Amino acid sequence: MVEFALPANSKISSGKTHKAPEGATNIKRFQVYRYDPDDGENPSVDTFEVDMDTCGPMVLDALIKIKNEMDSSLTFRRSCREGVCGSCAMNVDGTNTLSCIKAIDDIDGDAKIYPLPHMAVVKDLVPDLKQAYSQYASIEPWLKSVNEPPADKERLQSPEERAKLDGLWECVLCFCCSTSCPSYWWNGDRYLGPAALLQAYRWIADSRDEDTGNRLDNLEDPFRLYRCHTIMNCTKTCPKHLNPARAIAEVKKLIVEHR
Amino acid sequence: MDTRERPLSPHLQVYKPQLTSTLSILHRITGVALSAGTLLLVWWLIAAAMGGGAYTTVQMVVGSWIGQLMLFGWSFALFYHLCNGIRHLFWDIGKGLDLPAAYRSGWIVISSSIVLTLCSWAWGYSSMGVL
Repeated sequence: MVEFALPANSKISSGKTHKAPEGATNIKRFQVYRYDPDDGENPSVDTFEVDMDTCGPMVLDALIKIKNEMDSSLTFRRSCREGVCGSCAMNVDGTNTLSCIKAIDDIDGDAKIYPLPHMAVVKDLVPDLKQAYSQYASIEPWLKSVNEPPADKERLQSPEERAKLDGLWECVLCFCCSTSCPSYWWNGDRYLGPAALLQAYRWIADSRDEDTGNRLDNLEDPFRLYRCHTIMNCTKTCPKHLNPARAIAEVKKLIVEHR
Repeated sequence: MDTRERPLSPHLQVYKPQLTSTLSILHRITGVALSAGTLLLVWWLIAAAMGGGAYTTVQMVVGSWIGQLMLFGWSFALFYHLCNGIRHLFWDIGKGLDLPAAYRSGWIVISSSIVLTLCSWAWGYSSMGVL
């Protein structure tokens, strides 16, 4: 449902300021969304003054430095620190990205860091991804075929057939795209969102998969698929430079041809 | 386990406005404006059918500066919705979906709807002999 304002329990109050250490000359201010489920308070935004002379180049480096040196309670997901795991997805400087591949130098002024938009917050920068994962599961992201594979070798693809999966398999399921989409904000309970739909197309486009008809039938729904209005925030924000908007358009075209 | 309801992370409040989403919401807004404007058109047609008195009233309202301002907005809504609608048709056949193309077509839609609006008003005023 469309609700522009935040609910009462989600309104953001001003938070604490953590000063930079004495003698620091190259200071960058990080404004970070905080929410502690245990203190009964509304979310707030804390300001951290980080000494950039002793900080790595990426936003995730700054967050790790803050956690190590300024406030160990700061909570966020991270793992690979090189843009392949999708864990550290968050809203940095107004758009969604992976904080590990977002350079601090690319941010003018204070760096504003929030969790992925319009999601239930577990703690600080950690959103609840349960719904997004179950939507991914609903598109049945595995190879489905009636025919047995050849006895002595794997199912083969031509180089052309394989090339159709480029731009699809690289998705790391960080959900930057889905949570950048206003349509997903208002109808995320029923609209699958760009991330799940790009993955749906990844299996539809796979020459080895034999369940294309059912896959298309399951998507043909005013909400699951057609809440996509080609806004293209998804493609704009994808940290892996993929194009969910095109994948969704291809699905819509295939449904018309399939009828 | 904690049963407190989790807060909703900020969305419109923090997400940077960009061409993609701005043109999309403008398409929705101009669509609504066109529906409202159609009522004005119906009023004008009915008045024309009813005769001179009713028609003069409509002409006075529409011809006033505030009426003309509304008409100007309505004509921009018409041209924007038309141009962006054509952009959507290209997307529907799978064309122009990469980001540079979407930005290019977005700026083309903005500039052509401004030009079309200004041209039609210049044409209208000049045919009335005002310009």
